[in-house]
Amino acid sequence: MLGRRRANAGADAPAIRVTGLEKVYKMGVERVRALDGVDLQINTGEFVAIMGASGSGKSTLMNMLGCLDRPSAGEYELAGIPTRKMSATRLAKVRNERIGFIFQTFELLPRASAIQNVMLPMIYSKKHLFGARGRAKAALRKVGLGDRMRHRPNQLSGGQRQRVAVARALVNDPAILLADEPTGNLDSQTTTEIIGLFTDLHNDGQTIVIVTHEEEVAGYAERIVRLRDGKVFSDMPTSEDPLHTAYLQSIASTAARRANAEAQGAPA
Amino acid sequence: MIVVRLLMQTVVLALGQIWANKVRSLLTTLGIVIGVAAVVATVAAIEGLRGFVLGEFETFGVNKMYLSGQVPRDKRGQVNWREVALTLDEIDAIVEHSPSVTAINPFWSAGGKVEYGEATIGSARVTGIFPAWHDIENRHVIEGRPFNSLDNEQRRYALLINEQTIEELNLPKNPVGEHVLLAGRRFQIVGVVETLDLSEMFGGGESRAEFFVPFQTAMVLNPQGMIGWAVGTISSPDVAEDARAEVDSIMRSLRGLDPEEEPTFQVEILQEHLDRFKTMSAGLIAGATGIVGISLLVGGIGIMNIMLVSVSERTREIGLRKAVGARPLVILIQFLTEAVVLCLMGGAVGIAIGQGIILLLKQIPDAPLEHANMPLWAIALAVGFCAVTGVVFGVFPAIKAARLDPIVALRHD
Repeated sequence: MLGRRRANAGADAPAIRVTGLEKVYKMGVERVRALDGVDLQINTGEFVAIMGASGSGKSTLMNMLGCLDRPSAGEYELAGIPTRKMSATRLAKVRNERIGFIFQTFELLPRASAIQNVMLPMIYSKKHLFGARGRAKAALRKVGLGDRMRHRPNQLSGGQRQRVAVARALVNDPAILLADEPTGNLDSQTTTEIIGLFTDLHNDGQTIVIVTHEEEVAGYAERIVRLRDGKVFSDMPTSEDPLHTAYLQSIASTAARRANAEAQGAPA
Repeated sequence: MIVVRLLMQTVVLALGQIWANKVRSLLTTLGIVIGVAAVVATVAAIEGLRGFVLGEFETFGVNKMYLSGQVPRDKRGQVNWREVALTLDEIDAIVEHSPSVTAINPFWSAGGKVEYGEATIGSARVTGIFPAWHDIENRHVIEGRPFNSLDNEQRRYALLINEQTIEELNLPKNPVGEHVLLAGRRFQIVGVVETLDLSEMFGGGESRAEFFVPFQTAMVLNPQGMIGWAVGTISSPDVAEDARAEVDSIMRSLRGLDPEEEPTFQVEILQEHLDRFKTMSAGLIAGATGIVGISLLVGGIGIMNIMLVSVSERTREIGLRKAVGARPLVILIQFLTEAVVLCLMGGAVGIAIGQGIILLLKQIPDAPLEHANMPLWAIALAVGFCAVTGVVFGVFPAIKAARLDPIVALRHD
């Protein structure tokens, strides 16, 4: 019921098309060029990881893709709709109906229960005047929290909180799911769970873009876009990305060395 | 539909916020609570007093006019009271020529010893009246008959008394037809007049034996007397000014006074006092309302302060709400609603406390406040004032929240 049915997304248009995107911040007298001409296209159904060192502009790009910030120059088309000239009110509507956002720090309302948190986007939408509760329940079940609906965030573990956030992001059937370091505050086991959830959603046809600095997490995506100094430095399928390949090799050799050490140490 | 749902949700949200910060909300609204309570109680007390006084006027007769001779200030010592006293010709002229004056009754005082059997009243106050007096003073007979013009013309020794007299002279329960000695003359009691139930302010309270005789009879009893004053009625409260002007002009022409000259008579119309009283009480209420305005201003600044704190504390929440699609206007409405709900709750508590104060005020013995009740308009006004305060002082913090950049808000800590 959720995810698969993304109506009105422009039939042939890519989910995301960014051309010549620039963002200049004024910090005192200094002008910081956070994005310096980014061209990027993400098709419907893709699972893309955006990587880069801190200061590379990946968070800035994420905010642009989420319509939370406006570019200084360039155009961003979301499902074929140009967003550059939209008013704050229109952008809010776009965020509400077409974008699902997941944050590193979850950003749940502390005094609201899981289901109330998930219902939040529907408060601001005309689409689901009735049945909002039902949709929220379905979303929570989908992320495996069917038995935790009335719990408050402080009664949930970190992984469960992020699941609530995922359910909230999904509840309005967004065209794209954006996750900004979604596993940054989670331990490795929970990271695996959450990223597994993303993979499931992707398999259901959901377009997903995540920002991460963990190669392990990026490895689940089909494609890795690397930024450096506000520019796209590399953009290729995960399997062809040399940095990722190198990472996998180093993991493999570390594992092999450890296995060797154990094999030698065992008889003694 | 969406607006209704949104408003309901914002109200629930606002109540939740207030509940989550109980002590803070209570302290914040204290200014409004105290202001509203004080004003509600004051207005109710003034209204109560007003109701009491108006009621007294009603019993006493609002259409009354008093006329008497008066020595002008600049002629003190040269003219004595007897020279400026009213005359029967003047009374007749006023009845005849003033359309606004419907009736008039002069008083002629006489006195003397009254005896009935063993009982005696040493120096009784005896007053000579016209038959019109009954209607003017609204004092009709409860036993026997009122005076008629024959009593007056024939200078009959007819006597009207009140119930207190029956008691003081040990008269039979129905004393009509009994004879008493008044200043050595034999008078027959023809009737008993009612005594008005009035407070001390209007000459009620102390009841004493009263004796009324026909006007001409009083002149016979006390040939040295004079018309001390006269009481009349005007046709309606609206003609108070006309009546004054008419009487003034008739009296001046009869006494040959220029319009600039100080009059040798005095006209008092009760309605004018009533109007003055009404103006005064309206002024008091306006003053009290002004004070609530000031206290709400002070309270409103407290509300604004706490709302600014609230916006700053919940910056991340605002950022999140914006990120999931809350329009700036919706955020504005949310914070405005919170401020208004806060103010209205303060107002409600204030009204409740004010009601409590009124109940306490009513317990004060002998205070004329039995009528002290909170008028509905005062409640409506208080609620309206509170809502306006919420909007006025909530709008700045709300705009601040609505204008927050979602990214900046989400990064806030």
